[in-house]
Amino acid sequence: MTKLTEWLVALSVFFGIYLAIITKQFKHSFFEEHLFEIKILPLVLIFLLGIYAVTTVLYRTLTFNECKEAAEELQKEIIEAKKDLSSKGMKFDD
Amino acid sequence: MDKYSILLPTYNERQNLPIIVWLLIKYLDQSKINYEIIIIDDGSPDGTQDVAKELIKIYGDDKILLRPREKKLGLGTAYVHGMSHASGNFIIIMDADLSHHPKFIPKFIELQKKHDYDIVSGTRYKGEGGVYGWDFKRKLISRGANFLSQFLLRPNASDLTGSFRLYKKDVLTKLIAACESKGYVFQMEMIVRARALKFTIGEVPITFVDRVYGDSKMGATEIIQFAKNLLYFFATI
Repeated sequence: MTKLTEWLVALSVFFGIYLAIITKQFKHSFFEEHLFEIKILPLVLIFLLGIYAVTTVLYRTLTFNECKEAAEELQKEIIEAKKDLSSKGMKFDD
Repeated sequence: MDKYSILLPTYNERQNLPIIVWLLIKYLDQSKINYEIIIIDDGSPDGTQDVAKELIKIYGDDKILLRPREKKLGLGTAYVHGMSHASGNFIIIMDADLSHHPKFIPKFIELQKKHDYDIVSGTRYKGEGGVYGWDFKRKLISRGANFLSQFLLRPNASDLTGSFRLYKKDVLTKLIAACESKGYVFQMEMIVRARALKFTIGEVPITFVDRVYGDSKMGATEIIQFAKNLLYFFATI
């Protein structure tokens, strides 16, 4: 099953139940009392998902490890490598 | 005894090649690893192959193999070409531009041995992993793309577009045969297909130091290509 199929299956199940409730195929006092909240549920979920996505991405961007030591270590090793290779007969441009 | 073949596809890397080879030899010898370095140069006009030949003179043709191709023919076929000359039972692929540091390879190997993983992937997004030389915009794009692909593909690997990985040789052969895309998206397809084919994946946090010499490529074209392929994999894998 591809990821697209998985999504389609999950969404059809969700909207199947959703439509059955708002068209009053399923009858229960809870549904009748909260009909408005149920009606706007998909919008609320999309909104929450949006908030989750934006905060997660921003948080991870701001906390992305800055590997300064790794860069400095590499610079030192480049110099070391050039020195060692030069002593073994290799020529460098700079 | 296990042998590790390191594939280094190059194109105009005459400045980086001696350094990356020196680093590989330093860290792999230190850890007493049995290895060979296979340089797959796609007809670089800058003399990358001359540099490779000098390195062979210094370190010997049992450690360094130059297996060039006439022109740029894509990453997937570069790996196939490299593997056809590889004598190791494990393959390590990495970039030759110094953004991937060989000091992580012993960690890849250790983790692979511990759990008998089919694949060990370096990750910039977990633990001590990270990047250097990226501005806010570049980090934001990277994190956004990563979030979206995790959300849609759930691949069991946190770094889809990274290309610093260790594979069992037969696993890599199967994956390459299954993959269709070219360029850097190829790395993403490999790891997504690996999940679909039920291969086990381990991860090692790595630091990614953006190109010291030369330009790194990241523009609108890359983003559009990424989005197109993400949706394609979403619909087909």
